[in-house]
Amino acid sequence: MDSPEQPPRPGDPPVVPQQRAGEDPYLRVDDLRVRFDTADGVVRAVDGVSFAVQRGRTLGIVGESGSGKSVTSLAVLGLHDPKRSTITGQISVGGRQLVGLREEEVRRLRGRDMAMIFQDPLSALHPYYTVGRQIAEAYRVHHPRAGRRAARSRAVDMLGRVGIPQPARRFDQYPHEFSGGMRQRAMIAMALVNDPDLLIADEPTTALDVTVQAQILDLLADLQAEFHSAIILITHDLGVVSQVADDVLVMYGGRAVEQGGVEQVLRRPQHPYTWGLLSSVPSLHGDAAADLVPIPGNPPSLINLPSGCAFHPRCRYAARTDGRSRTEVPSLVGAGEAGHLVACHLPADTRARLYREDVAHAGVAR
Amino acid sequence: MTETRADEPLLRVRGLAKHFPVRTGFRSRGLVRAVDGLDFDVRPGESLGLVGESGCGKTTTGRMLVRLLEPTAGTIEFAGRDITHAGRRALRPLRQDLQIIFQDPYASLNPRHTVGRIVAMPLQVNGIDPPGGVKQRVQELLELVGLNPEHYNRYPHEFSGGQRQRVGIARALALRPKLIVADEPVSALDVSIQAQVVNLLRDLQRDLGLAFVFIAHDLAVVRHFCHRVAVMYLGRIVELGDRADIYERPQHPYTRALLSAIPDVTTLGPGGRIRLTGDVPTPLDPPSGCRFRTRCWKARDVCATEEPALVPRDGGRQATACHFPESGPVTAPAPAQRAVAADGDETVDPAATAGPDAQEVAR
Repeated sequence: MDSPEQPPRPGDPPVVPQQRAGEDPYLRVDDLRVRFDTADGVVRAVDGVSFAVQRGRTLGIVGESGSGKSVTSLAVLGLHDPKRSTITGQISVGGRQLVGLREEEVRRLRGRDMAMIFQDPLSALHPYYTVGRQIAEAYRVHHPRAGRRAARSRAVDMLGRVGIPQPARRFDQYPHEFSGGMRQRAMIAMALVNDPDLLIADEPTTALDVTVQAQILDLLADLQAEFHSAIILITHDLGVVSQVADDVLVMYGGRAVEQGGVEQVLRRPQHPYTWGLLSSVPSLHGDAAADLVPIPGNPPSLINLPSGCAFHPRCRYAARTDGRSRTEVPSLVGAGEAGHLVACHLPADTRARLYREDVAHAGVAR
Repeated sequence: MTETRADEPLLRVRGLAKHFPVRTGFRSRGLVRAVDGLDFDVRPGESLGLVGESGCGKTTTGRMLVRLLEPTAGTIEFAGRDITHAGRRALRPLRQDLQIIFQDPYASLNPRHTVGRIVAMPLQVNGIDPPGGVKQRVQELLELVGLNPEHYNRYPHEFSGGQRQRVGIARALALRPKLIVADEPVSALDVSIQAQVVNLLRDLQRDLGLAFVFIAHDLAVVRHFCHRVAVMYLGRIVELGDRADIYERPQHPYTRALLSAIPDVTTLGPGGRIRLTGDVPTPLDPPSGCRFRTRCWKARDVCATEEPALVPRDGGRQATACHFPESGPVTAPAPAQRAVAADGDETVDPAATAGPDAQEVAR
């Protein structure tokens, strides 16, 4: 087991903040590492991830189960138990440094400056209290001087804002009286009740039907335009990312394998894993008779991560890197265009050729 | 084993319904009409997709087809035999021809049994002794679904989600069925694994000539697997047709809304979505007439009074249950439709939003 103060290992991704003109990012994460000591060994759930999100913009974090995407977001919110986890790196929210902050201080930020929407609203809402009471409570925690009546009218207002009909009547209902889509709206109302500048949505639509998903995604976009908040959207659904994200971070085995603008990552993807994701997703367009091109194998276990590039056992092109994929963790480096980063040992021109010959026709360009 | 001719449907479903009584204490609160009158056929070697949102009755339908649920009304004919109310004993030979794959590969395999025992179970229950022995047959099956036959003695927890689903598929194939009901077989799997399982099912269908009833909420997956598609809404089929018809020329407003709501990775940014308002109404008290009318932008008076029949248009094979079917490919909706949808209210004023084509049909 190595100490948190270890020097950077060879092959560690450099700290690369995303460059954007205009205002400073509201959230900036630099070289975030989250480790859990378990009976089976050390789990490096997040291993050197850096990103930044500005107000009014949406970052989509994409990955499969065990890729570290949810652990990253929980670290930003300071929700990991400090006794069980080791967090290093820097998380700056609105200019304040979060890592190392006392529990009490993080709690004051959480819910007010940053809020979270969970995947399953039924388990995130308390079944015993009315929906309105839970929203009003979230308001009063951060506005101790606000009276009961003020909190109630604020909560009713928020329920109306997220498109719940008859909000005053709905205030006094219990979560089980709401449909799935309405519950997710209530969760969003609760997250937004204190006008947070940063909103983290962890698979907010995965449990919902597509027509309701479309409503919720539209709602998030409308609210973002109104409140000008920064949003992190965690999802496994590339379709959702393509609709709402400005920037994309693709995670695999706790590391960022590719990141950049949504058009760069989805239209001109550089990493073989991103290619694999894009060509394995069935589309509504193109040749329905053609076979999908799956990624072979299974996502790795974080306890026993493959050496070198964690994707190499599943990569069709790992043999073309003179064995470096197996031994050396690839650094996250510029992929040509500004802001587009990729962690792959394949030379850029080889990647471009492989993409043109093998991938373009089967994946996004289909 | 039953014999069928290629031109006859393998499965013939007429008027199939399942109503669940709802009680609080001893008082009846009515019936949930989970499935309320379905007609469809499945031909040998064909895969039919049942799609729709949660609560539309697709899973209930699948469970009735393999007789895990007793139908309230209607008939199910399999290979020319009425199996709607067949008893346990009469069903046993049919179980060989009719199998199911479940959604959750974690819950559908007994954790205390080895995969060898799990896959062998259907053979033992039916007293089948395959040539070469049970073990050899099981290992053939494991190999067929892309698992290592050496893993015969391993337990389900030693496998990943995708591999477990393969075990479930091997078990369904053990009796060489003619029809497999697959209930959301890939939706619990990671994205990169879904494609592996979809391709496996496609290969099996092609090589073994299997017929499938493929139940899914993911229309893109269905498009890659099914020859024909039935779109369900609140216990009814609203549209039924060939893959190309449903995806390229959908006629029912609900099908169009469903297709346009799917975020497609090939388009960037919020495209021209048809924004449906509100939620699916409760099946305890479905709307009168057309069940979709409360969310439909084309609904008019006749939709509330008269239930549209599922009938083919223009002599084609694509059947649509709608008084004002649409035509042409799915395009961005007219601005009027979106304006109504944008207020987020559950009520829709049909008169204000009925497009010019709707009026034309009405005339």
